Amino acid sequence: MPFKRYVEIGRVALVNYGKDYGKLVVIVDVVDQNRALVDAPDMVRGQMNFKRLTLTDITIDIPRVPKKKTLIEAMEKADVKNKWENSSWGRKLIVQKRRASLNDFDRFKLMLAKIKRAGVVRQELSKLKKDTSS
Amino acid sequence: MKKMELFDTLFWFYLWLQFHQYQVVGRAHPTESDEHPKIYRMKLWATNEFSDFWVLLNIFIKYFLRKLKKAKKSNSQVLTINEKNPTKIKNYGIWLRYQSCIGYHNMYKGYRDTTLNGVVKQMYTKMASRHRVRFPCIQIIKIVTIPAKLCKRDNSKQFHNSKIKFPLVVKKVRPPTRKLKTTYKASRPNLFM
Repeated sequence: MPFKRYVEIGRVALVNYGKDYGKLVVIVDVVDQNRALVDAPDMVRGQMNFKRLTLTDITIDIPRVPKKKTLIEAMEKADVKNKWENSSWGRKLIVQKRRASLNDFDRFKLMLAKIKRAGVVRQELSKLKKDTSS
Repeated sequence: MKKMELFDTLFWFYLWLQFHQYQVVGRAHPTESDEHPKIYRMKLWATNEFSDFWVLLNIFIKYFLRKLKKAKKSNSQVLTINEKNPTKIKNYGIWLRYQSCIGYHNMYKGYRDTTLNGVVKQMYTKMASRHRVRFPCIQIIKIVTIPAKLCKRDNSKQFHNSKIKFPLVVKKVRPPTRKLKTTYKASRPNLFM
């Protein structure tokens, strides 16, 4: 299978290790085979090893090493935040975060909701069973 | 103050991973015959381990000031130390002299990095891996930032492309923190990016 996601200037990547774990950053330049200069609106531009980055499908249109302001404008234009949060990957991460931050009462409510949903599903299922058997 | 003289020789300390650049300024003690001895500035790279740094600093000052400029540690003083820190990708050329088991050799190496300290670290690790040359056997003669046109090594030149684009071939699957590392996994990792 050919590759779909490339390291290129303007590629948005997710940091998957280290201090900036979970952040979306933009590859702004390539230092060498293993490292990229990486930038995000809320961090100081720095270099990161590709091992710490997972490339996403999103790219933005920026010149090589743009100013911070240009970068932020380009990110707004490409609507990176919304694209990310509506993508299935982004949504999964949001749900994971939410689940990790539940307190005991939330987990209790979750348990009741699950039971209720399971009850509804089972009712429907038994109705269908009765229809087919009768 | 008299004009400072810059040494061409630069020294590097490889005790830890992060190098900081220090400029050490020193001179011989003022004596009766020489009220204002010349002040010499030397760039040193050192880690954060200050105790070692000071020891080594003094040793190297002694070595250089003594060997090259006739000022012994007992009659020299260190004046200031300061640090330097930039952030933009640059191509560096390093001229170095290293000692192999056969003898001394000169080399020119080109690296790409954002900081001088990063290049130094790169250089030391690469010399160690490719030529088995350890830290004490390397003397750096000169480090210069080079414009992209003058880069000699293809390895650096291949990144001089404003529309650079390449895929990452293998995805390294690892847990986000070392705490979550386990010896055994339930399923094989998917290495496709």
